[in-house]
Amino acid sequence: MGDYIEIHDLNKTFQTRSGPLQVLNGIDLSVQKGEIFGIIGFSGAGKSTLARCVNGLEKPDQGRILVDGKDVTSLSKKQMREERRHIGMVFQNFNLFESKTVYENIAYSLRIRHEKKDLLDQKVKEVAELVGLSEKLSSYPGGLSGGQKQRVGIARALIGEPDVLISDEATSALDPQTTLQILDLLKSINKEKGITILMITHELDAIKYSCDRMAVLEGGKIIEQGKVVDIFHNPHSRTGELFTKVFFQFQNDEFQSGAGI
Amino acid sequence: MSLENTPFWEVIRSSFSAAIWKEVGPAVWDTVYMTVVSSIIMFIIGLAFGIILIWTDKGGIRATPIINGPFGWFINILRSLPQMIMIIIMIPVARSIFGQSYGTNPCIVAIAASCIPMYARMVESSLLEVEKGKIDAARSLGSTDLDIVFRVWIPEAIPSLIRGFTVTVIGIISMTALAGMFGAGGIGDIAVRYGYQRFQHDKLLACIYVLIVIVQLTQSAGNLLSDHVRKKRGLM
Ligand SMILES: Nc1ncnc2c1ncn2[C@@H]1O[C@H](COP(=O)(O)OP(=O)(O)O)[C@@H](O)[C@H]1O
Ligand SMILES: [Mg+2]
Repeated sequence: MGDYIEIHDLNKTFQTRSGPLQVLNGIDLSVQKGEIFGIIGFSGAGKSTLARCVNGLEKPDQGRILVDGKDVTSLSKKQMREERRHIGMVFQNFNLFESKTVYENIAYSLRIRHEKKDLLDQKVKEVAELVGLSEKLSSYPGGLSGGQKQRVGIARALIGEPDVLISDEATSALDPQTTLQILDLLKSINKEKGITILMITHELDAIKYSCDRMAVLEGGKIIEQGKVVDIFHNPHSRTGELFTKVFFQFQNDEFQSGAGI
Repeated sequence: MSLENTPFWEVIRSSFSAAIWKEVGPAVWDTVYMTVVSSIIMFIIGLAFGIILIWTDKGGIRATPIINGPFGWFINILRSLPQMIMIIIMIPVARSIFGQSYGTNPCIVAIAASCIPMYARMVESSLLEVEKGKIDAARSLGSTDLDIVFRVWIPEAIPSLIRGFTVTVIGIISMTALAGMFGAGGIGDIAVRYGYQRFQHDKLLACIYVLIVIVQLTQSAGNLLSDHVRKKRGLM
């Protein structure tokens, strides 16, 4: 189990109306093959920007991102397109294609590669089965529930048989019960297919439930990383502390209000 | 029959008479023909222009201000020309294409030229409405630029593109009436020749009925189609 994603000194500054905005300020991170790695940070911390840099949607100003030993920041456009086969991405607001059926959403990345029809059909049905959408293949995403939509999003990313799945707040728009189902799905995908998952979120629950190791993103830097249990019980950073404090407070509150009945 | 010497309701009754419709009827087909052909030309070129605009836009496929800027200017200039002036400008162009500057086909060129820039802007704004996240998703799945435009961007915008197209087709209908003054034939020609020059207000009224019906039909067809697509997609 070596490092699968290695990020060195990653910097990204956006030019905004009110001047340059440095969002990533020297990110160092390493994710091992086959793990579910959590990245937590407040909203606006730069989590999505980091995710977008990893799959080439955003070009960093400086630094290196190695995925399976390959530096994705130095790839040509065409090479990047190839590389993206190995990097699946799942989004908070699903970003499904409303003009296409669930079937065609899932089939998309094979369609653009002009995959043979029967192979495509077989793969779509396989992945749909895996995420529990076999009954919904002819529906349009517009008529699905949030959880079902995210299943489509996951299936669409999985069909290309990626080695790594980036989940950018995949459960943040879902209710707690659906969140749990989607996290279970991600965990089983990780286990059965050995797909490395980069789980980006602002929900500590999600990380505690799914991840082995985690990192805390604050001020454009990774200020803490390590085993989830360690950070939970002994956070060294302000964000880490705040998150765990809020987390434990919620638990206490629940307990107290329960006790009051 | 003129309103100046005949009671209003008599003019109205006469406007439904067979004699009037014998003359107005064929003109309806001229108008429909001009509208359909101009709309097809406008659709193809306007869509292409809209795609160029969005392709080179800051939030588009590849930000290319050096193309987007001048091209935007070009379209704005065309848009700022009143339709009448556009027809006059297109007379020499039409002559070079058809060998004549009068008649239905030359006016089609002028009508299309006048409506293309408007439709291009409509296409642009319809495409800009598509959520950026979908484009990101398409990219993350390994799409080429062409995949993104033709498999995602345009299909996602179809209901909005239909609505924009409906509006511009209605613009074309009203412009065919104007083109009637330049020998294009059709309803506008009848309205001007009889209604304006000879005070035959019954014929003018008949022309108005036709225009109202055509516009209503176009709008309803557009709404139905757009709603049908949205219903099919579970969006309403
Ligand atoms: N394309 C962009 N242009 C300018 N500013 C951006 C852009 N993308 C993100 N930002 C800014 O970068 C900061 C971090 O954004 P983001 O990575 O989306 O944070 P997070 O996902 O952690 O909430 C925010 O302040 C956001 O406004
Ligand atoms: Mg985000």
